[in-house]
Amino acid sequence: MNDMTSHPVTTQDAAEPILRLEGLTVHRGAAKILDRVSLSLGRGETLALVGESGAGKSTIATALMRLLDGARVEGRAELDGAGDLLALPERRMVRLRGSRLSMIFQDAGSALNPSYTVGRQLTTTLRRTLGLSRAEARAKAVELFTSVGINDPDGRMSAFPHQLSGGMQQRVMVAIALAGNPDLLLADEPTSALDVTIQAQIVRLILAQTRARGASCIFVLHDLALASQSCDRIVVLYAGQVVESGPSREVLERSRHPYTRQLKSCVLEIGSKDLTAPEGTVPPHSEMPVGCRFATRCPRALPRCAGEAPPLVPARDDATGPLDHQFACWNPE
Amino acid sequence: MTMAQIQSAPTETRHAPAPAVFELIEVEQVFAVPKPGRGLLSRDTVGLRALDGVRLTVRQGASIALVGESGSGKSTLLRVLLGLDAPSGGRALYRGKPIREARAHGTAFARDVAMVYQDARGSLDPRMTVGQLIAEPLRHFGIVPKSGEAARVAELIDRVGLPRDAANRYPSGLSGGQVRRVAIARALASEPSVLVADEAVSGLDVSTQAQLLTLLQGLQRDMGLTLVFITHDLGVASYLCEEIAIMYLGRIVETGPTDAVLEAPAHPYSAALRAAAPQFFEPIPEPLPGEIPSPLDLPKGCRFSSRCPAARDDCRLRDPQLGALDAGRAVACLHPLTSKGAQTPEIR
Repeated sequence: MNDMTSHPVTTQDAAEPILRLEGLTVHRGAAKILDRVSLSLGRGETLALVGESGAGKSTIATALMRLLDGARVEGRAELDGAGDLLALPERRMVRLRGSRLSMIFQDAGSALNPSYTVGRQLTTTLRRTLGLSRAEARAKAVELFTSVGINDPDGRMSAFPHQLSGGMQQRVMVAIALAGNPDLLLADEPTSALDVTIQAQIVRLILAQTRARGASCIFVLHDLALASQSCDRIVVLYAGQVVESGPSREVLERSRHPYTRQLKSCVLEIGSKDLTAPEGTVPPHSEMPVGCRFATRCPRALPRCAGEAPPLVPARDDATGPLDHQFACWNPE
Repeated sequence: MTMAQIQSAPTETRHAPAPAVFELIEVEQVFAVPKPGRGLLSRDTVGLRALDGVRLTVRQGASIALVGESGSGKSTLLRVLLGLDAPSGGRALYRGKPIREARAHGTAFARDVAMVYQDARGSLDPRMTVGQLIAEPLRHFGIVPKSGEAARVAELIDRVGLPRDAANRYPSGLSGGQVRRVAIARALASEPSVLVADEAVSGLDVSTQAQLLTLLQGLQRDMGLTLVFITHDLGVASYLCEEIAIMYLGRIVETGPTDAVLEAPAHPYSAALRAAAPQFFEPIPEPLPGEIPSPLDLPKGCRFSSRCPAARDDCRLRDPQLGALDAGRAVACLHPLTSKGAQTPEIR
């Protein structure tokens, strides 16, 4: 474990984190999919997990929900008032899902059950998490559908998922995720299957709803620009390791880790004509360096990088809390 | 004024207009689809206008991005361009001849117009090695004698930046980015002058996408390819393509030089697309209300009027056609937005 997470919170406005994840390691067979991931989420905060495929973004969210199959999980995930999510008996976990934490999945079309109406899927969740009667659940469902911007909420209650557009399906997913008033929402690439104009609608909806409820939200995103627009803080992952984290502006505009800088330089903004393509690809798990996993592609790599994993260290001496800017690199920018 | 005239307006970069490779004139594509709500045994159909009055000129050496959301007709337009479907109305020409005719006679069209499919992995036979996959078009079009085949395959593998030993590998052993490179190598094998690519870089990680985009740009520049690039990503369009055509519900609503169009969109839909594209630290803009309407139930007048923040009364009565704006630009809007904002209609 690195020293960082045990430091007291020093930033003035940083509240006690609602979630503290320490040393999350996930093994699948011989592969270490996540390698000692530590991060904290402040109350009411939105956090983006960014990185490329295979970085482990979705694995973190799925591990927190305890929905990871066939994998060995180590580490602690302390959810305020609930204990260590990774160690709770399944019986307790079932009660927490939907009421303390819930997940919005990437592809609403396949996450919704095709054989039940969307109204039924929502009322089932409402009755289970809030213990409502049938009639109360129905009234509450119509209210929720209205709040997520579904036109004709009464009529849409009896629609099957396939009768709705992708954007509408995602709105239904958001309503179901919010049904039990969770204080932690995990949104796994909630808009990657949608058109850009619909993407803006859904992201705004999720942000407005979490803010209105004072909930915290972890977004899994691959789009850095979207992350900067929607989240207070960003955690950058590479091949299962956290390489940099902190307030969005500091991470993206004062990046210390070479990978963060590279990732940002690959984002094509409208009008940009310069693009330097990085060399190589993420090494397969069988050839992963034991130290910094980015060492094989890093333009600033030193001899020690491949053999010795750099710990997360504060980017500034006067900001050393778990929510402040941190990076893991032996030869930072 | 026709698109050809519009685009022949002199620009700084082009001395004389290059000959047109593709010309689409008032192209319509109507599909018969089951009538909504018809009885179980009924055969009632209604016409779905997937393309409605499309005008587009693609000149030799041009790079043009076709941009639009799902349901805008990009893929239908692509099928017309490739001669896979005959348009149900209007004329679709390839070097002055109807595309379908050009395609039916000989292999010249198929050799000259190459395609990179969206689902690159699905477009490759999983039982063939990369070497065999690339040799297939070489042999089909008789590009090189049998003795020179291996050398040409190696050359192509090199050109698209695949490792040398890739020739003996199968598609299943390649990453998503590598599979796209194989698809590009296959497309280049017939020595085409036109490359049509459907979402060739979508669904990839940004670093892989950057690698492919630099490759495509290099190919376009070095080989003088004419590039028709379908994408939903305005950043990709602005990096790779000099021209852009923005589609909405089966019609091109705005065309012109990419930089000029994205700098100051004239059509409110282009402006909305531009605003919705993620940009670092900009607040997420107020999105367009609602979703793309059903093509079976188009709004009266302008098809964008039901979502347009600047719609006026006449927009719901008259259907605007693509008309010249300035400097090679054209827009289908009764009240185009201007860069100065002087004529910008009040937003209600």
